[in-house]
Amino acid sequence: MNAPTLNAYKAKDYRSEMDPVWCPGCGDYHVLMSLTKSLAELGTPPEDIAVISGIGCSSRIPAYTNCYGFHGVHGRSLALATGLKVARPDLTVLAMSGDGDGFSIGGNHFLHACRRNIDITYVVMDNRVYGMTKGQPSPTTEPDWDSAMSPGGTGMSPFHPLVIALASGANFVAREFSGDIKSTTRTLVEAVNHPGFSFVEILSPCVTFRPDEREWKNTVHKAPVEPTDDPARAARRIMTDDGMNTGILYRGDRRPYHMQMDEPAAEAPEHLDHMFEI
Amino acid sequence: MTQQKRPKKSVSFAIVGSGGAGALTAGSIVLEAAGQTGWYGMMNRSVGPQIRGGEAGALLRLANHPVDCMNAEFDLLIAIDWKNVERFSAEMPVRPGGTIIADPALGDVPEIVTRSGAEVKLVPIKDLAASVKGGRANMVAAGLAAQLIGLTEEALTEIVNARIGAKGEAAVANSLACARAGMQAAAELGLGNTLEIGDAYQQEQGRWLITGNEAVGLGAVRGGVRFAAGYPITPATEVLEWLAAALPEAGGTLVQAEDELASVNMILGASFGGRASITATSGPGLSLMIETLGLAVASEIPLVVVDVMRCGPSTGIATKSEQSDLNVAVNGFHGDAPHVVVAPISVADCLYTAQWSVYLAEAMQTPVILLSDQALGQSRVVMKRPANLSFVGKRKTYAGASADDRYLRYALTADGVSEMAIPGVTGGQHTADGLTHSVSGAPSSSGVDQQEQMDKRRRKIEDFDYGIHWGETFGEGKTVILTWGSLTAPAREAQRRLAEEGIAVKVVAPRLLAPFPHEGLEGALKDAERILVVEQSHAGQFRTYLRANTDLPGEARHFHRPGPNLIGAREITQQIKDWVNQ
Ligand SMILES: Cc1ncc(C[n+]2csc(CCOP(=O)(O)OP(=O)(O)O)c2C)c(N)n1
Ligand code: SF4
Repeated sequence: MNAPTLNAYKAKDYRSEMDPVWCPGCGDYHVLMSLTKSLAELGTPPEDIAVISGIGCSSRIPAYTNCYGFHGVHGRSLALATGLKVARPDLTVLAMSGDGDGFSIGGNHFLHACRRNIDITYVVMDNRVYGMTKGQPSPTTEPDWDSAMSPGGTGMSPFHPLVIALASGANFVAREFSGDIKSTTRTLVEAVNHPGFSFVEILSPCVTFRPDEREWKNTVHKAPVEPTDDPARAARRIMTDDGMNTGILYRGDRRPYHMQMDEPAAEAPEHLDHMFEI
Repeated sequence: MTQQKRPKKSVSFAIVGSGGAGALTAGSIVLEAAGQTGWYGMMNRSVGPQIRGGEAGALLRLANHPVDCMNAEFDLLIAIDWKNVERFSAEMPVRPGGTIIADPALGDVPEIVTRSGAEVKLVPIKDLAASVKGGRANMVAAGLAAQLIGLTEEALTEIVNARIGAKGEAAVANSLACARAGMQAAAELGLGNTLEIGDAYQQEQGRWLITGNEAVGLGAVRGGVRFAAGYPITPATEVLEWLAAALPEAGGTLVQAEDELASVNMILGASFGGRASITATSGPGLSLMIETLGLAVASEIPLVVVDVMRCGPSTGIATKSEQSDLNVAVNGFHGDAPHVVVAPISVADCLYTAQWSVYLAEAMQTPVILLSDQALGQSRVVMKRPANLSFVGKRKTYAGASADDRYLRYALTADGVSEMAIPGVTGGQHTADGLTHSVSGAPSSSGVDQQEQMDKRRRKIEDFDYGIHWGETFGEGKTVILTWGSLTAPAREAQRRLAEEGIAVKVVAPRLLAPFPHEGLEGALKDAERILVVEQSHAGQFRTYLRANTDLPGEARHFHRPGPNLIGAREITQQIKDWVNQ
């Protein structure tokens, strides 16, 4: 393992040579920029970082970094990241995916990752649509949003990721807007540094299937208050906001999941045999 | 070691009662005491789906020599009560001339049990238990069995102390008083020593008492596993519970996942992090894991999935054995996804095969499915101390950039295995991916990359040298019993019985199921004139699998049925006799 040397890295050291597949104007470009800037600020060597994702436009992000990455199956990034972090507590582990990946097919893992409170950072690039499959409603889509698959809208109440994260035990809850690279970078640094499970929702427009989201740059606003460590206050704030408040909303001090793993023994201890002897 | 010239002898008996009556505890105590005495044996359990109040039967076979399957017929049946006996009496038929011990207070012995012509002996089990303060009928039953097979009171006392000691002195004293009452009552039955096992045939040191599920766990840890994740499911849970306690002793850990989708992804993540990893489940869980196993194939991450099979489909009969997940394990993946499937052929072999699985997974960077079943997993055996194999998983890893050459995660190599960079290694950064990729791991939709990477994955699995471990053959003969997994032991028992009647048969059981062990299996079968394919599957999955992959020589017949009534040695013997004497 390489000891982090502060400020030795620049954002470009965390960026691979690969060109993203994203549409021009997609919010995810900005998320990638904020990510590489925050990693440089953290100063952790790229080889000691793992970026884990599922499937979707947003989930393409690991290969665009110069870290270790895993582009897994749809919806399971948190489980994969959990196994990695428990087995390798020395690594900095980020799971990054979309709102369909994280809240629909992977919704159950979201709840349990919050409860488990492992020291990882979970970033959801929320564009309130399934981008990769070309424009179906996701759990965060407005109920009356018309689409070919759900004509006239789903009629379903949108999922409220921040409230659910809080209620499930996440230790750090924040919302950012992809276009605000400075603020997103700062929040990501804090999220990674905060012990336990940190959840950051980044509103990241899908300019292709939700052109209306180009307006987000005008509708997002900074949360008017300081982050709290009181979940009840945080919940009240998040429940009553307009979904466009950005900033760190909750910073808890729940004890992170106990990592039992030491340096694994090379050989099976002999006393495991003894328990079967008669 | 003293070798006494004594005839081999084994005694089979069952203790039944409603769930919670303690039949399984009584059976375990007798099995362990028999082990202490120097005998061998095994105990299987037959339990209903209810947690309490259903039916529970401890099925035991004790012998003066190693045994690895149950007898088809029982010499003795002890009933604590007859609740739900009709549900499982077919699994423990008492032989004609055998003995049934029942409590007169329970009324008439059900006709379904006496039908075979066994002799009924009445013992007031409940009253004997009631005569001891806090006494329990199951310990009376244990005493009855102990006396009849020739276990000493001392042997029983030692085990009761060890097992019940934690509950306090009074509990131990009460249990022993009940057991003594049972022993006394058995002595007065006038059965003589017909059921006594006698001195041990071979008195060996260092014998083990272990279940198939525990053996899988130990084999995994010996093979190098240091991380596990799992979601509880019958009959696989004990693998996970054993690992949860054992792994921390080896610097590892187990995470209880929220579901099987999570558990398989957790082990994938841990293995990506460089730790040999395992999960255990049963059919429904395996189905949930399959998508991610395809990812493990594509991203070339080693892992081991243990499937302790039960009666399916769906929840089926969750507590009972079947061999019906072969199809899904071998063929259930989407896309073309070469991987490895193995199956242990006995409880003892669960240890070796699990250890081998880890070795194979790590060596080839591939998922390995180990197909065990309830009959292996939940059987507890007294066996010879197993040897420690040299199979320890070793992965070909990337040591770090030495020159300025670029690391290629999926480089095309002669054996198909490429260096895997483990996070933390400078210059090894790459993204493991389920997308078709080039040699560097970069996503690709080129036909060349798809072809080359497919060739590579296939090559590493098919060209690997599995050596003599592909399977086992026992004996010689032009008549062959071809089977797999837990049915190997009854097939061998049938082989011994047939030999006594002058009929020589060969038993062949592949341990490697995928890739198909052409060389080993076809070599073992080449002189066969008659092949009886035996399996516990209604659809005949094993036969279909054989026919899809090879041409069986000579004439082939098929003996199969679904669980839960396990195919036994007696039936296999009969099948062969009918055929040979035709
Ligand atoms: C098991 C499975 N089901 C369906 C899909 C198809 N699929 C790919 S991405 C996706 C949705 C992605 O939406 P989101 O997570 O919001 O990401 P975005 O593309 O909007 O960034 C779906 C349904 C899949 N890959 N796997
Ligand atoms: S479809 Fe939407 S989410 Fe996907 S790359 Fe294009 S703009 Fe981004």
